[in-house]
Amino acid sequence: MYGGGYIFDKPLQDHKDDDDPVKLAEFEARIDRGEKVEPHDWMPFEYRRQLIRLIEQHAHSEIIGALPEGTWITRAPGFRRKLALAAKVQDEVGHAQLLYNAAETLGKSREEMINDLISGKSKYSNVFNYPAKTWADTAVIAWLIDAGAIVNQVTNSKGSYAPYCRALERICQEESFHLKYGYDAVVHLATGTPAQREVLQDALNRWWPPIMHFFGPPDNASVHGEKLMRWKVKMASNDDMRQQFLNMYVPKIWELELTLPDPNLRKNPETRRWEYTEPDWDEFKRVINGDGPCNKERLAVRRTAEERGKWVREALLRPETQYSVPLS
Amino acid sequence: MSTIKSLDPRVTRFNIEEDDQSMQPLERRDYFETYEVFHQAKRGGRHTHVGSVHAPSPEMAFLFAKEQYGRRSTSTSIWVVRTSDIHTVGDEHSDMWENVPEKQYREAGFYKVRSRIEQFKKRHNDS
Repeated sequence: MYGGGYIFDKPLQDHKDDDDPVKLAEFEARIDRGEKVEPHDWMPFEYRRQLIRLIEQHAHSEIIGALPEGTWITRAPGFRRKLALAAKVQDEVGHAQLLYNAAETLGKSREEMINDLISGKSKYSNVFNYPAKTWADTAVIAWLIDAGAIVNQVTNSKGSYAPYCRALERICQEESFHLKYGYDAVVHLATGTPAQREVLQDALNRWWPPIMHFFGPPDNASVHGEKLMRWKVKMASNDDMRQQFLNMYVPKIWELELTLPDPNLRKNPETRRWEYTEPDWDEFKRVINGDGPCNKERLAVRRTAEERGKWVREALLRPETQYSVPLS
Repeated sequence: MSTIKSLDPRVTRFNIEEDDQSMQPLERRDYFETYEVFHQAKRGGRHTHVGSVHAPSPEMAFLFAKEQYGRRSTSTSIWVVRTSDIHTVGDEHSDMWENVPEKQYREAGFYKVRSRIEQFKKRHNDS
């Protein structure tokens, strides 16, 4: 599901940009021709570093994103919804596998990525640090967070790094099921009883700020950003993706006679851009750095799965090993 | 130390300590080696490379591959191959893929006869 906006690392202070200028020119010419980059091709240091960060964060987001929705599998209202939600959550974990594989092709091992997730060094999409309090939350997540993810992933799938594009192509096909499943669940509640509408409206009110955060802070044009755009690592500005999302989904929300908790939200007929109250970016930074309602739980659950699954991995590792009687 | 109280009753029942720092970092190869996966969607079709999985043995690689690449639509067969058993040519030899520009003589479209037949017939009828 979930890429989220682009939040790249600042260029390293202590790294001298010592890419071979001839190879760099060949590399940039290749990208300008619209060719893709494969794992064993030469690539600039900064290209590799930022791609690892981007794809790894995307992978972590899939795996942590399975947790808030997974909360509701055991209590899904009815067998059909239980099947569908379990299938969706399984897809998310599968997406993480595809993305970890893509990141591994750049030289960071699976184990290093999991270590960095558990230690808090690597981040994941901020929205998953919020709780899914009711069944309606799962509907809002499956519809709108996955919709945001599709906007982001379709954009990224036109990027230059071939293994990431291949993973995204497969992921986007599966996301279209999530989106329709989520829309179906939202419409079911929205067209239901007053109590159903109320629980849905409440979930929407709580998820709107994280959804506005989802695409990341407005990006100030920087030399760094321009380089990543030129290399087709970054394919659109965070604000452009947010606009695209609002344009596609706000009308669908209003059509259901639901409201959004922002009195300034409107499409300016002249500029044809959406106007809105800037979400609280201080909160965004606070939560991303660990101080959100669910950060501790998410990482603790992931860590526990790793620790308590260790004996299984060890048992699988050497199935042929058998006890031998000491020789003497 | 306090344990995690979650909205998810399963998580609460796990009695997870909130600030447990005792986990040892994973070591290289804790997540096994990789296998490449080839998937056939219907009988008579080709096996197509679809991606890879981490697994401790060919049997487990097959199970993971079936779950990862065969859980939707139809599958009739899956092959798994250790990534390290795949042979290819290194990038230092990438110039071997450079093509001669003119290889039209290998293409069916290169061989055009109709106009010559028409000319031949015209000549023949004129004489």
